[in-house]
Amino acid sequence: MALSKRHISKEEVEHVAWLARLELSEEEKELYTQQFNDILDYFQKLNELDTEGVPPTLHVLELVNVFRKDEVKPSLPPEEALANAPRKRGRFFEAPRIL
Amino acid sequence: MKIGLEIHCQLTSLKTKLFCGCSSDYRGKTPNTFVCPVCLGLPGSLPVLNEKAVELAVMVALALNCEVAPQTFFVRKNYFYPDMPKNFQISQYDVGGSIAIASGGWVGFLVGKTRKTVRLRRIHLEEDPGKLFYHGTIDTSPYTLVDYNRAGIALLEIVTEPELEAPAEARAFLQKLRSILEHLGVSDGGLEGAMRCDANISIEGGGRVEVKNISSFKDVERALTFEIVRQRDLLKKGVKIQTETRHWDDVRRTTLSLRVKEEEQDYRYFLEPDLTPVRISQEMVELLRSRMPELPDARKERFLKAYGLPEYDAEVLTSDRAMADFFEECAKLYDKPKAVANWLMGDVLQCLHSLEVDIDQAKLAPQYLAEMLKLMDRGDISIKIAKKVLWEVMKHGKSPSTVVREKDWWRITDLQTLEGYIAQVFKEYPKAVEDALVDEKTIHYLIGKTMEATGGKADPELTNALIRKKLSQMKKGS
Repeated sequence: MALSKRHISKEEVEHVAWLARLELSEEEKELYTQQFNDILDYFQKLNELDTEGVPPTLHVLELVNVFRKDEVKPSLPPEEALANAPRKRGRFFEAPRIL
Repeated sequence: MKIGLEIHCQLTSLKTKLFCGCSSDYRGKTPNTFVCPVCLGLPGSLPVLNEKAVELAVMVALALNCEVAPQTFFVRKNYFYPDMPKNFQISQYDVGGSIAIASGGWVGFLVGKTRKTVRLRRIHLEEDPGKLFYHGTIDTSPYTLVDYNRAGIALLEIVTEPELEAPAEARAFLQKLRSILEHLGVSDGGLEGAMRCDANISIEGGGRVEVKNISSFKDVERALTFEIVRQRDLLKKGVKIQTETRHWDDVRRTTLSLRVKEEEQDYRYFLEPDLTPVRISQEMVELLRSRMPELPDARKERFLKAYGLPEYDAEVLTSDRAMADFFEECAKLYDKPKAVANWLMGDVLQCLHSLEVDIDQAKLAPQYLAEMLKLMDRGDISIKIAKKVLWEVMKHGKSPSTVVREKDWWRITDLQTLEGYIAQVFKEYPKAVEDALVDEKTIHYLIGKTMEATGGKADPELTNALIRKKLSQMKKGS
């Protein structure tokens, strides 16, 4: 399936930015729209390859079933658990109010 | 009306979380003490899958008649919300080459006396998010407090087809599901928050409304009933029901429209690169199948044969593991299983409802119920007193004979005492005596009054005989 020249619109970039909770300037929106489309152009190049009958590569390593036993390991000491928190309150991490 | 459910149940029999060795015993613990770099999403940490979680998920899949996927993957579900420190949840979804651990399946259950089967769409493994706390309410709190002790706990999501047709059906289905999970020993529904539910509901002529945050199975029926009434009211007023997500407020017992959440495509699912695929061989499936304990439907069949119970009784009892266990314990001590079943499904259930406890937390022990039934058989107490004894036992945890002794509730079988009460009743209700002399059927009034006068302690048969004797003597005398 051929992709159109402009794969991604500015509105889509704005939507993705909203999902990532990023605030972008007008220039950045233009820039990222261009860059997204450049990347997708490159994928269109890859799409020219015939991959009929080739199973998708889900992992580059051939590993399967890497498990651990259901055994309790020590957790972090309390002061370390919260050490990297930008904000904390008592024993809790503090985050902004979100609705 | 079509109702579909998404059930999230924690695999509470696991000792550790899904992807790290932190203890899963987080309830009532100091916040953020059961956390490590993996469940806090610290850079450089790597998740490693709990093997037992996969085994339990496969057992659930088999118990629910699902097809187990020969190969399954995990994906990242991306969203920004402080309940997940990584900004994504490791889950499973049928996109990007990921396949849930099991699909299809069905659950058969009883609604009232009607049998119903609901098909399942899929079952998948995912991690539980952390818990959020607010100062005051969610809409006025100036900040959000986060405890990650729950983050990473193994959750099984079970999704039904939208085939339920009433809130009571949803409740009956969940009851049966809980019984199956408890028979398997994978999840204890009695633990706070161990089984939670989202419900979607659409009624004729309206959009599909999803209700989230139903934190107990008991609230599912309430939340659905509330939604149906709300939507019907709107439809009556000619307002169109919008497709939306609403939030169940279990304090105010209403549903609220909250923020516009991301749509499914906005979660930008992609394969979790830090975890390997999981292959589930047929041998492993068969090994787990051979280790499966007795499940409610098999137990029901056994109840029919071993105890000679009617099908309805067997189904009701086995729809609640603790209830079925209680029944069997009691039936060992008292050899009339049908009487045990009757009491359990009748008065005991009523007491449990009004005391708002489950039978495994109740003060009634199987030996107490057996003892009470024996007291009744021996004629020490009447059925009326037995009901009162049951209440006392369930409220105070004393043995039935202790209750009867303390309250002096022994049945009055002494002729003279009983004749005294009857004479008193005859004196107080001369009109009733006249009636009974003319029409024998009205004698029940006098029996009732005598029972009342003795606080239910009179032997009903003896009372009946004595009153008849007294009446016939009066007839002869006149």
